[in-house]
Amino acid sequence: MSQHVVPVKTYVAIFLALLCLTALTTGVAFINLGAMNTVVALVIAVTKMLLVILIFMHVKYSSRLTKIVIVAAFFWLGLLLTFTLTDVFTRHWTPSPSGWGPSISAPAPREK
Amino acid sequence: MPKWLRLPLLPEGMPVAEATAVTHGPGSSQHAAQHIAHQFVDADQQHEAGTLGMWVFLVTEIMFFGGLFAAYAIYRGLYLPAFEYGSRLLDIRLGTTNTAVLIASSLTMALAVHSAQTGKRKALIAFLLLTMVFGATFLGIKAYEYVHKWDDFLVPGLRFAPTETLPAGVTLPNLQLFFCFYFFMTALHGLHMIIGLGIMTVLVILSRRGRFSADYYAPIEISGLYWHFVDIVWIFLFPLLYLIGGRY
Amino acid sequence: MSTAVAEVPGARPVNYLNAKYGIRSWLLTTDHKRIALLYLVSITFMFFIGGAAATLMRMHLITPGGALVQPETYNKLFSIHGIVMVFFFMIPSIPAVLGNFLVPMMVGAKDLAFPRINLLSWYIYVVGALFTLYAILAGGVDTGWTFYTPYSSTYANSHVIAAALGVFISGFSSILTGLNFIVTIHKMRAPGLTWFRMPLFLWAIYATSIIMVLGTPVVAITIVLVALERLLHVGIFDPKLGGDPLLFQHLFWFYSHPAVYIMVLPGMGVVSELIACFSRKRIFGYSFVAFSSLAIAVISFLVWGHHMFVTGQSIYAGLIFSLLSFLVAIPSAIKVFNWTATLYKGSISYQAPMLYGLGFIGLFTMGGLTGLFLASLATDVHLNGTYFIVAHFHYIMVGGTVMAYMGGLHFWWPKITGRMYSDAWARFAALLIFVGFNLTFFPQFMLGYLGMPRRYATYPAEFQVLNVMSSAGASILGIGYLIPLVYFIYSMRYGPIAGPNPWRATGLEWQTPSPPPTENFEETPVVTEEAYAYAQMAPPAAVAGRNAGG
Repeated sequence: MSQHVVPVKTYVAIFLALLCLTALTTGVAFINLGAMNTVVALVIAVTKMLLVILIFMHVKYSSRLTKIVIVAAFFWLGLLLTFTLTDVFTRHWTPSPSGWGPSISAPAPREK
Repeated sequence: MPKWLRLPLLPEGMPVAEATAVTHGPGSSQHAAQHIAHQFVDADQQHEAGTLGMWVFLVTEIMFFGGLFAAYAIYRGLYLPAFEYGSRLLDIRLGTTNTAVLIASSLTMALAVHSAQTGKRKALIAFLLLTMVFGATFLGIKAYEYVHKWDDFLVPGLRFAPTETLPAGVTLPNLQLFFCFYFFMTALHGLHMIIGLGIMTVLVILSRRGRFSADYYAPIEISGLYWHFVDIVWIFLFPLLYLIGGRY
Repeated sequence: MSTAVAEVPGARPVNYLNAKYGIRSWLLTTDHKRIALLYLVSITFMFFIGGAAATLMRMHLITPGGALVQPETYNKLFSIHGIVMVFFFMIPSIPAVLGNFLVPMMVGAKDLAFPRINLLSWYIYVVGALFTLYAILAGGVDTGWTFYTPYSSTYANSHVIAAALGVFISGFSSILTGLNFIVTIHKMRAPGLTWFRMPLFLWAIYATSIIMVLGTPVVAITIVLVALERLLHVGIFDPKLGGDPLLFQHLFWFYSHPAVYIMVLPGMGVVSELIACFSRKRIFGYSFVAFSSLAIAVISFLVWGHHMFVTGQSIYAGLIFSLLSFLVAIPSAIKVFNWTATLYKGSISYQAPMLYGLGFIGLFTMGGLTGLFLASLATDVHLNGTYFIVAHFHYIMVGGTVMAYMGGLHFWWPKITGRMYSDAWARFAALLIFVGFNLTFFPQFMLGYLGMPRRYATYPAEFQVLNVMSSAGASILGIGYLIPLVYFIYSMRYGPIAGPNPWRATGLEWQTPSPPPTENFEETPVVTEEAYAYAQMAPPAAVAGRNAGG
């Protein structure tokens, strides 16, 4: 339970940090970093999210249960993403074995 | 409204006899006694249950939006040129402005909770109203963007016929897929904001009636959690939709 | 443990049933016990709707050419059967009826954490059911309960959106119920009720609630995407427009596999209670059973790809899912071993609840073992899409969960209503259900292995004998389900009054009068014993027999 009162100064400081990060991420969008653009954008987004969660949402001062609940949610989302992406992007890894062509014949029709 | 239909919005148990409402600072309401619902043993249990309940609800929201993010990630991986081109068609200035607006609303929401915690009723109401103003501004800018997309023939299913030639590697169906995600994810987010504005309205009304105090401010805090969550969704939507489109 | 003193001598004491009268007091109640009964009525209604669809299907399948309906109608029948049974009967059954009734009492609280959300949850269920009923009456849906794309999103001509919306809405009912249970169990346990003193039913409900909360939102958003694609003709899942039908399946099964554990876990919780009480023994390996519930909840989210082995999924993903699917059997097996060990040297009696509990153990084990055939990639290639799968999941869902649900209803009926039913009739119905069930579904294992596909309105003539057996079994099963309806309703008026604890069971719910007062407990109970303290119980008094009301 959050009886802890976060000082106004802290809130304002976090707010300014969030604004800076927003400016940063928008600025980086105009610089060519190749594949790293996505990575940098996500890293900045995660940082912003952590600031909001820990300070604005008081999780830094919350119980262990609250923290476990939040970690669990992201872990489960990660499960969904990981397994699904694993399927989609490894489908083409298995070439058809060349031996699976004409050497396999259809089974004989069943005797009635 | 008939009495039997009037479901109380907040727990209306017996006010705690030893209400400590009167002991905090100036500007607080005089009759902000604690209300404990009958199933709870004490105010602490009620506060903890309410907070945990909201966090569990936010978990469901993370999975709800998460399904969309997963689908988005897969299609972005499959059709990168189309998604990048689509991203470049979005207005980055409006997107950045909206991000700043929403972050500001999170600040005012946090300050509203702070005001409630320190028993400052007028500040509480002011910050709640400011949060609503920022939220409405966000929605206004979003609506403006939607109208522009309509004018540019970029609304999937309803009006999709982009006029400019598509770059190499970009097909029309794939581009439409990007805009499906753009509209659906931002619309779902917007819907959550509208619900948030509704919740804020209720809180403003109740604050004006003096329901909250330094000892009983759980609904403000819990609604704040919801509002910050909606902000976090946008913190991810913004880069994924607007920023990683190869604007260089 | 005193009953509230009635004002008028001879009048029934005030309990949750007679505390307030009138339809408004039921429709606007926040009492978890009344809400449980509201759910009981609604899901029983939906059960018979789903059962009617099944009856028509089994009648149709008596002849190979199809005796009864057109193939298009047959498709609608199996779709409706699946949608109604899965989303509107199985998923809510034990949690919403028994869970709602018992969880606050078992933790020693006056109600759930959020009673009004509990009521809202029921209303949401009803609205979802109405959408689905509309879809049925307007002409039905024929996509199967799995709504596979692109058929459901692009090509189907049936009422997909209405049915999908019904399912979407009912999902929120599930989410809110799960949320309520999680918070109640975490925050409202009575003094002395540590986690490891809780009845195993609570562990099972807790694990179920975790699955509900994490999985349901994903299928919710997926169904909305299908509806949008149907409305706007965009290509989210349509390969012609660049969409990936397998993506739908991933998102769908990410929930729907854990959903089958939502269906079976509460049943396992009930069985723990039944086995302990009717063996007069504590559950062997309590902490193993408790942790296995959590393990099932977690591992259940890692196996969904086993529904997609033959869909063109990556072979590597298939390998991983297959391995993990074998793993998920382990915690279930742990439970079965522990229940069996509980029975060993127990003082066993065979009242109706116990018959259902024992039936669960046997039939669930068979269903679970046949799941291993399906978890292994190679055999699944042969068995997928056949009646083997149908038999497998019916063994678990009907032979498992429905039996546990019936057992739980029979066990807690005296607590819920204050009346006892006829145990002779109850045992007869249980045996009829057991025989009917096996006759219905065992032949289906054989049909599947021999190659009869599922969801087909016709079949080769050589399969007729087994199909007729299955349909015959279904009729017996149907009668078996109707009989409890009669004696339960009869008992509410004419059954002998049951005392607070007719089974002499442990647990806080048995420390209150039957039916309980609205606030459950006069004072907050304090727990000092382990769960299932049967060994420490005093021997029965001369009058209180074991067969209360047999």
